[in-house]
Amino acid sequence: MHKLWASTYKELLLLSRDIGGVAILFVMPMVLIITVTLIQDSTFKTIADTNIPILLVNNDNGEVSKTIEKGLETANAFKMVLDKTEEEAKELVYKGTYQLAIVIPENLSADLERKVNQNVNSIIAKIGLEEATTDTVAIPNKEVRLYFDPATQQSFKASVKNGIDKMVSKIETESIYKAFQKQITDDPSEVIFETENFITFKEIVAKNGDQEILPNSVQHNVPAWTLFAIFFIIVPLSINIVKEKSQGTFVRLRTNPVSYATVLAGKTLVYLVVCIIQFVLMLLVGLFVFPEIGLPTLDVSGRLPLLLLVTVFTGLAAIGLGLLLGTIATTQEQSAPFGATLVVILAALGGVWVPVFIMPEIMQVLSNISPMNWGLNAYLDIFLRNTSVVEILPEISLLFLFFITTTLIAIVYNEKKNAV
Amino acid sequence: MINIEQISKKYKMAESYSVKDLDLFIAENEIFGLLGPNGAGKTTLISMLCSLIKPTSGSFTINGLTYKKNKNQLKQLIGIVPQEYALYPTLTAFENLKYFGSMYGLKGKELDHQIYEKLDQLGLLAFANKKIETFSGGMKRRVNLIASILHDPKVLFLDEPTVGVDVQSKNVIIDFLQSLNAKGTTIIYTSHHLNEAELFCTQVAIIDQGTLIVKGKPKALIDKFDSAKNLEDVFLSLTGKGLRDSA
Repeated sequence: MHKLWASTYKELLLLSRDIGGVAILFVMPMVLIITVTLIQDSTFKTIADTNIPILLVNNDNGEVSKTIEKGLETANAFKMVLDKTEEEAKELVYKGTYQLAIVIPENLSADLERKVNQNVNSIIAKIGLEEATTDTVAIPNKEVRLYFDPATQQSFKASVKNGIDKMVSKIETESIYKAFQKQITDDPSEVIFETENFITFKEIVAKNGDQEILPNSVQHNVPAWTLFAIFFIIVPLSINIVKEKSQGTFVRLRTNPVSYATVLAGKTLVYLVVCIIQFVLMLLVGLFVFPEIGLPTLDVSGRLPLLLLVTVFTGLAAIGLGLLLGTIATTQEQSAPFGATLVVILAALGGVWVPVFIMPEIMQVLSNISPMNWGLNAYLDIFLRNTSVVEILPEISLLFLFFITTTLIAIVYNEKKNAV
Repeated sequence: MINIEQISKKYKMAESYSVKDLDLFIAENEIFGLLGPNGAGKTTLISMLCSLIKPTSGSFTINGLTYKKNKNQLKQLIGIVPQEYALYPTLTAFENLKYFGSMYGLKGKELDHQIYEKLDQLGLLAFANKKIETFSGGMKRRVNLIASILHDPKVLFLDEPTVGVDVQSKNVIIDFLQSLNAKGTTIIYTSHHLNEAELFCTQVAIIDQGTLIVKGKPKALIDKFDSAKNLEDVFLSLTGKGLRDSA
């Protein structure tokens, strides 16, 4: 036990003497979480607040194009530039000056009205209210062209397309209603049809008992990026072990009557404390800094003990991986880039960036082997589903098993490599 | 004390043996010098005796013990002063020594007393609370030595303990080692300083290309070679004047 405490104290001293390293360990995760949450939070607000400049080439100048223009204006998402031709707009978008150009074809309003009137007339005639007109002419379908910058993200494209599609559908429906109204009554002010949507959507958040859970970008981001930061401990920890080898202290330790397990246990205790401090700092950011910069406050009420429990096991899993990497690597050039890349891969697999359920099937299967996935699920269960310790037991057991396995492999590897 | 029988070591990918079928006996309380040109196998031999590398074949005992059967007992019995400064640069001399002393099970005031006493003997007491990274090469060598003897080892292995140090530091180190030997510590050391070995060692062994060429008291070896005036002459007669560069 004395050797363990001596090892722990030594690690603590080494860490405390590296002020730059300590700053990176504690400050960078906070910078990361603030940056990512601000970006992700603004993503939710993009359509409402951001005013992306777009080109609108209005070749119609009728009712329909005015409605589209008005719709885009009231969405508050776009700042419209109206004085370009289709060719100019196309070039500007391909150059990347604008992300989007919407080209409304000529005679859209007039042709839509003609088409709808023809259809309505033919229906009215069929049900015998009026005589059929014989002068039906073919009206070609109209195409609203959308030019996107090749660098535009798919999600933005899909959102714009859906928005315009919805707007056009509404215009068509209203035109049909108007045409029918014209046929049925001569008084345009008479309300025959209600044009409001009959079917609407209401988002209802799942409740656990009486407690309503209100997910927001902070509740989602804090656990995900805290986990990411905790796992980054792999890099300094593996460097710490590799440094011992390169500066010769590891050679001395190998000749000392102390087991490798004791040496690693000292490192584990110190770096576990680092993980917990990182987590506490993240929570403090969520509680006190986020509200100051216009982000929602992190709600941890009644969840702290469970969150700490998950942090301890997540920290252990990250430390186990760091111990293994440091034991196997022979140079910092091996351990640092490999460790950093591994964390990014595990984060991607674990669902830190993209939710697991939208991943390809094979990646969904692979995500089950990422300890970050286990940690993230446990955090989200606590933050968003108010679960109890029993429900997160499978995740924390896996995390602990991962720590034990990686540490044992490190010890066995070291013993095998240095067997005498 | 140390009985080496037919020990050999061939590293993976190496074309030849670093140590080949070497037999050697080192008696208790000797100051034993392992001498040889670069690549002769001195460090390899010491590394095997300190449990840092595994022999390819052969065996040895130290005080009748083997690493296979008495690993921790044997580790407690020996001390090793590696060629490199095996110290934490950002810790102070005292913190380094406290840590390495603790690894031998030493603790409390007894350990502190040992540390201060040894620092004083090696002229470093005033620097006890200074970080190792601020020390000169000679100072680091002395702390490196103290870290290996806090537990009073019966056998002390030193791999070129005076390399890169000034004359003053070298003398302090040699005097200190002689005082340790006087108290009963067997010393096995490697060096390229043949004059130093001639004065310091009670026995020397010259090895080359992994094999033992000659072993004896320095004076006896010098007398054995008619043209030799000192140990360096003996060394050159036995190992030749050709360069021993290898990669």
